Amino acid sequence: MPYPVPNRSLHRFALLTAASTLALVCVGGLVTSHGVGMSVPDWPNTYGYNMFFFPFSRWVGGIFYEHTHRLLASAVGLLTSVLAVWLYGRNARPLLRWGGMGLNFLGLGIAALVPAHWRDALVLCVTGLFAFGASLVWPQCEPAPVWLRRCGLAAFFAVVLQGVLGGLRVVLLEAQIGIFHATLAQLFFALTCSVALFTSRWWLAQARTNTAARESQPGLGLRWLLLGTTLLILAQLVLGATMRHQHAGLAIPDFPLAYGKLWPAMDPAAVASYNQHRLEVTAANPITAAQIVLQMVHRFMALLILAGVALSAWLSRRRLGAGAPVSRLTATWLGLILVQVLLGAATTWSNKAADIATAHVLVGALALALGTLLNLVAVRQFGWALRRQTACSNAVEPDSLAGLGAKSCP
Amino acid sequence: MKKTTALLSLAVFGAVLSLAQAADVTGTITLKGTPPKEKDITPLKDDPNCGPLHTTMPTTHFYVVGPNAGLADVVVYIDGIKGKSTGASAPAVILDQKGCEYWPQILAVQTGQKILVKNSDPVLHNVHDLPTVPGNKEENNAQMPGSPELPFTFADPEMFLKFKCDVHPWMFAWVSVFDHPYFALSGKDGSFKIANVPPGKYTLVAEHRKAGKVTQDIEVKEGAPTQVNLVLEAK
Repeated sequence: MPYPVPNRSLHRFALLTAASTLALVCVGGLVTSHGVGMSVPDWPNTYGYNMFFFPFSRWVGGIFYEHTHRLLASAVGLLTSVLAVWLYGRNARPLLRWGGMGLNFLGLGIAALVPAHWRDALVLCVTGLFAFGASLVWPQCEPAPVWLRRCGLAAFFAVVLQGVLGGLRVVLLEAQIGIFHATLAQLFFALTCSVALFTSRWWLAQARTNTAARESQPGLGLRWLLLGTTLLILAQLVLGATMRHQHAGLAIPDFPLAYGKLWPAMDPAAVASYNQHRLEVTAANPITAAQIVLQMVHRFMALLILAGVALSAWLSRRRLGAGAPVSRLTATWLGLILVQVLLGAATTWSNKAADIATAHVLVGALALALGTLLNLVAVRQFGWALRRQTACSNAVEPDSLAGLGAKSCP
Repeated sequence: MKKTTALLSLAVFGAVLSLAQAADVTGTITLKGTPPKEKDITPLKDDPNCGPLHTTMPTTHFYVVGPNAGLADVVVYIDGIKGKSTGASAPAVILDQKGCEYWPQILAVQTGQKILVKNSDPVLHNVHDLPTVPGNKEENNAQMPGSPELPFTFADPEMFLKFKCDVHPWMFAWVSVFDHPYFALSGKDGSFKIANVPPGKYTLVAEHRKAGKVTQDIEVKEGAPTQVNLVLEAK
């Protein structure tokens, strides 16, 4: 099967989507760091306004962060939708045409029946016109392979679910939903980065590599190490999200010790004493023993991750050479994790300053995304080593991961 | 008709007699030790809308200590008296938002007693109560400048139920809810008065959000005021 010339526009658009998602994660981090997630008490409206018409003069205090987060989320939703449609190539044109017309009719209907909601109608009509116009001129290319289209579809549903989760957190007043919202944000960012990788020139060029040559790479142990460490990072991010969404500030105010000890006291009297000693200006929820345990586990997990990433960097350099893509990426990964450890410490030393805590979230997202990409690159380079070991005839064929395939958009 | 009048008179007489037998519990709460320095609320001063409402740097009010070490904002209550809430008929308590701060920051009410949250600021706030007891309802409502007061009531007792404004994340107030009227807040001089306590043996509790709590067993005798002075320690 001949391999295609990469579609640069599609790849750049996927990169733009991933970069916008990272910016969204950053603003979401600022919302939580400043403790202003509930500063807009309604959803999907903002203080009764259609969110796109909320007057700028009212973007005050925490509303500025929360409303910016909502608008940026809408932009990422739009980019993700366009990316998903683009991956479907010309097959998406009827959907765009009829979907666009449907939105226009819906908007006109709302304007006629409920004139007070003219702003909502306007947003629907503009979106409908955009979709309809796009169907006339774009996209005209062939669809991407099924697996990649499914990635795009998964990203689309993930971004919709993410928006709904964010809205439900506000209207149901359930802080726990925020943990899922934060975790899905990290996974979604990793997914958009993966789509950007799949559409890259490098990924397609690798498809031309001889399978037998890939199988000669000594990759199995390293593959498992990369996978395990990436999963540890994901678990660490879930822990971090849980801690942040307690809105209790720092459960442990010192580092590297914890309340002056290697393992702090957590009996009720000790916790009561910690709470009485805290003089919080914001994030005034009382801390609990469970939160202190979470913080301690977070610290130990950080050590495990650092060890896992350092070992990955050392192993890949030793086995593949310093110039191999996996070696370069693991070296970058190690650098990121070291920065992340410093940021974690700085978060504590600065009493959870919003900017530093947000940077900690941001680098966490980058570490997970890079770990995900590393796993994909390793699969690309080493093939499905596990399949070779188990001789499972039904396992996925390496070339089925081969980028956009011959049917790719020109 | 005559029967009803007679019953009513009997009830009023009973109530008056019961009040006559009841007595006040009074006293003073003092703070032992030096409290930590209050923190500057720099986000408030830096806020472009709220900052100009203050001429000096606003600070926290964890320990409000008066002359002779009298400690304000201590919730003093009688433990173990239940089912006698008169909150529904009690006057509403006002919680004001002024200078992008809640005033007062420590309150105490009965179950069913109305709290009216007022916005005296020229800026928008959202009033968000965060109860931890299941029977009390969490709400998050926007309040524009000059808009009507927002009413809140709570069904179940809870200590230091938090109110916050998410637009201005330094704004907090703490409401303690009781299912009886036998509680008081200490004033600026640390004094308190719990009125009309029925005679009996009780445990008196004084609880401060940061200094913790102390308890003392007391006996209230018919018509005789009970004086109790308690000491809390700065943590």
